[in-house]
Amino acid sequence: MNILQQPWPWYVAGPLIGLTVPALLLLGNKAFGISSSLRHICAACLPASIPFFSYDWKKEIWNLFFVAGIFGGAALAWFVFHHQPGAVDPRLVADLQHYGINSHSSFIPKEVFSWKELLTPRGAIMTIGGGFLVGFGTRYAGGCTSGHSIMGLSNLQWPSLVATICFMAGGFIMANLILPFILNL
Amino acid sequence: MSMKTIETNTLEPVNTDFEVRSLDAMCINESELKHPWWYNFKYAAMGMFFGIILIKSEVVSWFRIQEMFRLESFHMYGVIGSAVVTGIISVWLIKRFKVKTIYGEPILLPTKKFNKGQIFGGLIFGLGWAITGACPGPLFAQIGTGLTIVFVTLFSAIAGTWVYGLIRERLPH
Repeated sequence: MNILQQPWPWYVAGPLIGLTVPALLLLGNKAFGISSSLRHICAACLPASIPFFSYDWKKEIWNLFFVAGIFGGAALAWFVFHHQPGAVDPRLVADLQHYGINSHSSFIPKEVFSWKELLTPRGAIMTIGGGFLVGFGTRYAGGCTSGHSIMGLSNLQWPSLVATICFMAGGFIMANLILPFILNL
Repeated sequence: MSMKTIETNTLEPVNTDFEVRSLDAMCINESELKHPWWYNFKYAAMGMFFGIILIKSEVVSWFRIQEMFRLESFHMYGVIGSAVVTGIISVWLIKRFKVKTIYGEPILLPTKKFNKGQIFGGLIFGLGWAITGACPGPLFAQIGTGLTIVFVTLFSAIAGTWVYGLIRERLPH
């Protein structure tokens, strides 16, 4: 069952991701978006009288079912289908060796992201700091890769194009200009 | 008694629940239909489908994200590009043929107003995306593959969202 174990090419996986947009619309008028789930969790757990979290999160509970499904689907693909991560580009492999990163067997480098590394400067900045930027930035931008780059662009919303360009710009700046310094810590 | 009425009237109009939920959000969904809660399981099934695709496409991989931003691989561009093209065609077909939901409701597509948050927030998210190698969906997927450390990243992302809500009024929009 190679097809279950091996990574799928972009021209198979991409259209399937795109089909999530009409599927959610047809199932119940739901606009595809994932970062909102983080906001609903805030509204459910710690609204703290902040106006931004003072709404009836239960009306958006479909979104929490959706992300719970993502968790389950990923577990299925990993533990049942035994997905084998594809090879990493040799240029990246060579570069990462300089930072002591040699493991490519899971989706994240364990030399950076692990419970053991969490208390090192590098591990803390990347795990805690990186996560914070993701949560703060997506909400400030009003959506993430799913809400803006997939759903927004599918509906030809130009603000979503602005957001997507900025996602990419931020990523290019971090990966090429800042991350080398962080990885050296 | 009459004092109280006057006070209430002079207060700023209280936002409706729908207006608050609509702030900085893409997916706002108001339906006239009232369904039992377990109808939501169809969205969990849809999430499972999406979670499997996230793994099989490897967009949840920190390494794939680095390759994308270092222009070392076309894969991510192909995935996002073909997903968008599929989405554009789907949405066009839905509009063109006025397709209805499985419950017969007309499909409503959210429009997005421009504000500066899409620039500043977009850049901040981009910085974080290249560090964690994961946008919000992949965070849930990575945890699903048994990477318990990503709970910390997810918790931080929730904290980031919460802090945004706290200081939202003071940020340029």
